Amino acid sequence: MEKIYSICGMCTVRCPIEVTVENGEVVRIEGSPHAGLDGSLCPRGGAGLALLNDHERPQYPMIRVGERGEGKWRQATWDEALTYVADKLMEVTNKYGKRSVLFSDRGGPFADLHKAFMKGLGSPNYCNHDASCARNVQHAAKSFMGMGRKGVSYDLGNARHVILQTRNIFEAINVSEVKNLIKAMNNGCKLTVIDIRATITASKADNFFLIRPGTDYAFNLAVINLLIQKGLYDQDYVKKHFKDFDHLVSFVQPYTAEWAAEECGIDARALESFVEQLAAAAPSVLWHPGWNTARYKNSFYVSRTAYIINGLLGSIGAKGGLPITMKAKDAGAKGLKALADLFPKPEEKRADGVGWKYKRFDGGPGLLHLAFKAIETGKPYPIKAYICFRHDPLMAFPDPEATKKILDKLDLLVSITFSWSDTAWYADVVLPLSTYLERESIIAHKGGLKPFFFVRQRAVHPRYQSKSEWDIFCSLARLLNIDALGNFKSIEDIWKYQLEGTGYTPEDFKATGQVKLTSEPIYADMDNYKFGTPSGKLEIISEVLEKEGIPSLPPYESPAAPPDGKFRIAFGRCALHTQGHTVNNLLLNEVMPVNPVWIHKDRAAELGISDGDTVEVSADGYSATTKAYVTDMVHPEVAFMVHGFGHKLPVESRAFGKGVADQELMKGGIEVWDQAGGAVAMQEHFVSIRKAS
Amino acid sequence: MSEYYLFQDQDNCIGCLSCQIHCKASKGLGPGPLPNQVITVGPKMVHGLPRAAFIYMPCFHCQRPWCVSACPTGAMQKRSDGIVFVDESLCVGCKSCMLACPWGAPQWNPATRKVVKCDYCMDRLDQGLQPACVTNCTTKCLHFGTPDEIPNLKRTRYAKKVAFEKDEDPAPRAPSRGWQEMGKGHIDQSQAKAERVHGTPLPRKVAKKRTN
Repeated sequence: MEKIYSICGMCTVRCPIEVTVENGEVVRIEGSPHAGLDGSLCPRGGAGLALLNDHERPQYPMIRVGERGEGKWRQATWDEALTYVADKLMEVTNKYGKRSVLFSDRGGPFADLHKAFMKGLGSPNYCNHDASCARNVQHAAKSFMGMGRKGVSYDLGNARHVILQTRNIFEAINVSEVKNLIKAMNNGCKLTVIDIRATITASKADNFFLIRPGTDYAFNLAVINLLIQKGLYDQDYVKKHFKDFDHLVSFVQPYTAEWAAEECGIDARALESFVEQLAAAAPSVLWHPGWNTARYKNSFYVSRTAYIINGLLGSIGAKGGLPITMKAKDAGAKGLKALADLFPKPEEKRADGVGWKYKRFDGGPGLLHLAFKAIETGKPYPIKAYICFRHDPLMAFPDPEATKKILDKLDLLVSITFSWSDTAWYADVVLPLSTYLERESIIAHKGGLKPFFFVRQRAVHPRYQSKSEWDIFCSLARLLNIDALGNFKSIEDIWKYQLEGTGYTPEDFKATGQVKLTSEPIYADMDNYKFGTPSGKLEIISEVLEKEGIPSLPPYESPAAPPDGKFRIAFGRCALHTQGHTVNNLLLNEVMPVNPVWIHKDRAAELGISDGDTVEVSADGYSATTKAYVTDMVHPEVAFMVHGFGHKLPVESRAFGKGVADQELMKGGIEVWDQAGGAVAMQEHFVSIRKAS
Repeated sequence: MSEYYLFQDQDNCIGCLSCQIHCKASKGLGPGPLPNQVITVGPKMVHGLPRAAFIYMPCFHCQRPWCVSACPTGAMQKRSDGIVFVDESLCVGCKSCMLACPWGAPQWNPATRKVVKCDYCMDRLDQGLQPACVTNCTTKCLHFGTPDEIPNLKRTRYAKKVAFEKDEDPAPRAPSRGWQEMGKGHIDQSQAKAERVHGTPLPRKVAKKRTN
């Protein structure tokens, strides 16, 4: 028996795991004891074996022979498939220029390889999924603190009050975060949940505010108002670190507790008492700025005010709050050598306009829905080839039918994937990626209070004909004469390059999968800390935003109520599934095959719907049936569903035809986005529900 | 009962069903049988806050297991340490144990057409490991050990709740999760939570007395 220390791949949290292997077979998968997980792993992590052994995943390279999306394929060898892709890429770049290639992944610590490939290709158009996830948080962080959202860490284990708003921590599970919060709560930390429904997380909370959908910004403005009016904010901290505090004071004046109570549908006294609790626990307060906030057109401001509240409580930089994230160099170590640094930065502007048309947005991963706009219009220049790596934009973004029409303008659509997806089904070429148990990844760096390096190691030989990403990209690079990347012949070559100058070797990762760079947590010296903003302070007014005509804090606008008889769509996560890609998993599908729709009991009664009834959810020509979950624990304006269901691919027999694809209920949704934060606004849509006959 | 005790600390359970999935993965089971299961009840309003209960149902490994008596072939057995298990080679799939058990512990496995049940992962125990559900529990709310180890955990938790709330806080402003709030007639979360912990009846009585 052998123990391999690796990284889970059942979701994008990427928890460290210990895989026990005997005779080339995985015996068990557990949370790594070397990374504080001590065996703990979420249910999706437990279903990893079912993914490994699943015959309903792409098994060999496939080239489309029918129409796009028709599902007619021919099996190809790797040589044939990679040559096909390389030839097509050459054809496209010869005709339209190197910039005409687009790439998207789901972000994360291993993206350096993808960025290197795109830079090697000469295209600036590397994107990730984040325009349908946490872009608003990222941009809110930058506009206030001058650094991205990962510039601060979540010190849950030491917190005395944790506030979760658009972060359902006990269902959208990051094992380490869950364990730390549980530990803190067992030591007396309070938990407050602000949501439109009673989640499992809410069922553990000390305070729960069930608010009207789309009113989070009102809630936060009133909290700021109370902190200031009652003198409960950290005056020394504000004096030291805030710019334009006076503006904030006058801006929030109209937004009283009574006003917010009316607007959000909550109790004003409960709000006041909550704010007093925050002050009592400060600075060890962690008001989470949100995870997937691609929800409303003002979600950016919800995150921005969340950061402002953290600032007012002195918790940015504080133990038990949002301490500054430390990197390798802060621990006295040398960072990893980036593969992307092998190539010069492409000179072309990004097709999505990020960095030049939209200076307020972060150039790194751009905004994918705006890149789609470039495919559609050919402006600022044509995009003709698109590589999706482990990413399913047809499920992740609203209105897949509209997106398909856009993708029809491409000369090449490639999907590199370990599971079937709508995008893979629509692709010209499907390249089967090995599952996380069968593949290695490049070495990655994780910042935090204790920065470290880590790596995904291969636990077993690949099933079927799947391959690792480094193998796929380096092989493609050779065919495309991208020598610096193509010269890597093995993952060890890549690891050695990455570790050059660090003093570590790939051998150092064997025993635990990690190299720890410090044994003790490192907290920044906040007395002498300068933020990354132009002023070095936390900026209430952001010049970058204002220059582009975006207000730093706009006056509050009340969200529209649903039109007669309709519901505002809301989506979220559960512990059992990772969006669409686990719904066909043998073990997970058994426990949760459909996504019931949450309906308030009064609304259900009006519609003659009882708990457990089969109902039809519809909007703009799409409809699907599911079960009704009738409850008084959801706001009456809302129809809530877990995202990722309603699969229609015949190759996924277990998921086929079950539940509702919420993204299909968002007609025109690709055009509806938060202008300040950049993310699509997927809860700005209304649906009808009726009892199925 | 067996020599062992599998204790679920409901305060720390988040109903994620990791135990259920890891159990099935560990036993190599396909769709159908659930040797252990968490039934979620709620969320519903309790004292003004949403609360959910996560009822953990493995096999209780009875002292005089009806399933063993009911088994006509001797497939259902009890080990010397009290673990009740099925010897699959002897099981003929008659389902007598399923009828006999009042808890629904023996489960039908359509893949083998035989019965499978929670055996506290005795293969793992014999290797010095803990049951899969316990080792892999996301929050470590499941505890496996001998019965004498468990009451201590509950008592310590309870004592912490009613006394000062934080170990590292030498001079707390107020024992905020304990007596003071009860005295105000306000029922706080510590009581609501304590009521849900099996065998911790005291807070309910205290709350009634103090809130009149």
